[in-house]
Amino acid sequence: MSEFFQTFLNLEVMAESAGLLARGLLVTVEACLIVIPGGLFFGAGLALAQTLAPRSVTGLLSWGVDLVRAFPPLVLLVLIVHGLPFLGIEPPPLLGVGIALTINTSTYYGEILRAGILSIEPTQWEAARSTGLGTAATLRHVILPQGVRNVLPDLAGNTLEAVKLTSLASVVALPDLLRMARVAQGVHFNPSPLILAALLYLALLWPLVRLIRRLGGRAVLPA
Amino acid sequence: MRIFFDPEVLAAAWPGIRSGIDVTLGLALSSIAAGVALGLVLATVRALIRGAPLRPVGGLIAAYADVFRAMPPLVLLVVLYFAAPFAGVELSGFMAAFVALGLVLGASAEEIFWAGITSVNRGQWEAALSTGLSRGEAFRRVVLPQAVRLTIPPLTNRAIATGKNTALASVVAVPEVLNQAASVQAQTASPAPLLLAAGVYVALFLPLVRAGRWLETRFPTR
Repeated sequence: MSEFFQTFLNLEVMAESAGLLARGLLVTVEACLIVIPGGLFFGAGLALAQTLAPRSVTGLLSWGVDLVRAFPPLVLLVLIVHGLPFLGIEPPPLLGVGIALTINTSTYYGEILRAGILSIEPTQWEAARSTGLGTAATLRHVILPQGVRNVLPDLAGNTLEAVKLTSLASVVALPDLLRMARVAQGVHFNPSPLILAALLYLALLWPLVRLIRRLGGRAVLPA
Repeated sequence: MRIFFDPEVLAAAWPGIRSGIDVTLGLALSSIAAGVALGLVLATVRALIRGAPLRPVGGLIAAYADVFRAMPPLVLLVVLYFAAPFAGVELSGFMAAFVALGLVLGASAEEIFWAGITSVNRGQWEAALSTGLSRGEAFRRVVLPQAVRLTIPPLTNRAIATGKNTALASVVAVPEVLNQAASVQAQTASPAPLLLAAGVYVALFLPLVRAGRWLETRFPTR
């Protein structure tokens, strides 16, 4: 048992790699701060476009969304980070990762928000318009507040996915939490930093999972 | 523009990517089958256990679903591949990816089946039990068939996600589509193989993504 602790939960190694992991965690947080607001912003744009545009356009948009979704996120990431330089565009690594993951996650945020908008009865639109509100004001004051509330659990769920997605950044050499854990593992020839990184991800995301469950509030099976 | 579609590079990359498709499909189908089976078994156990001594089992299953929902699949894969050997467990890249993807899908599938089971009206249980069916029979013949209908759209989407996540296996040197493309890209310093791989993924997954969308409208879950 002590050998197990020596190998996988070596406190000395963990303490020595804490600095590296902290720097990695910071990069992971930075990536999240790009991807989550970016995904929500462009997702909202997509949802509004799909709600307001004529039918021919929404059909095209839905194919576009599905095309993006057909790419495994890692393939999209590698394509953008390793492909853009061939076009003479070399964004800094964090930005390249941010662009790729924002493209991916905004399609999911977009569909969720669209479902939220669609969940509002048409009579709400009619009532709002009859009071003299314009389309934009109706959306802002009547439809979106109710629609967003209806899909809050799904929005939280996709935010969880977005945070998990940032671990892909390690593959294109962005020094995020996972990457730094691998580096520390190499330095110490001991897997404890990897285990510590996995525990950090859990500590970060488990509360979010619990929150999603609370928001979802499902019935229990009859005992 | 020519550099993106260099025919010579594409021709050199194709055999590897072609064999990568088999690996991608093999990994996808095996982890989807394992994950769905694992989720179904766990949700069934959770639905059927009763009484004080077994109560904690349900909690353990719920905790498993939580942990693997919170864990990024790539982190799990890296831990399995790079840390497990220190415990004397040497997994091949394919096995590590199979286990990681199976465990992650198993957690979502358990959640989906469980949600389906709990959404079946309590009266269905009572009616089935009152006709003399045992608890197991009531579950299998009455509750589960109704629950499964609700699980089809979300389960399809998670299965597609698992299929796409096979690309993660490229990180642990599994020669699937992305890995094959990346190695030719490294040799030729051309983006063409990556674009070819991207095209392969679109050809594989676009029909599935469309089908998933159709299922969601056909069997709405809310």
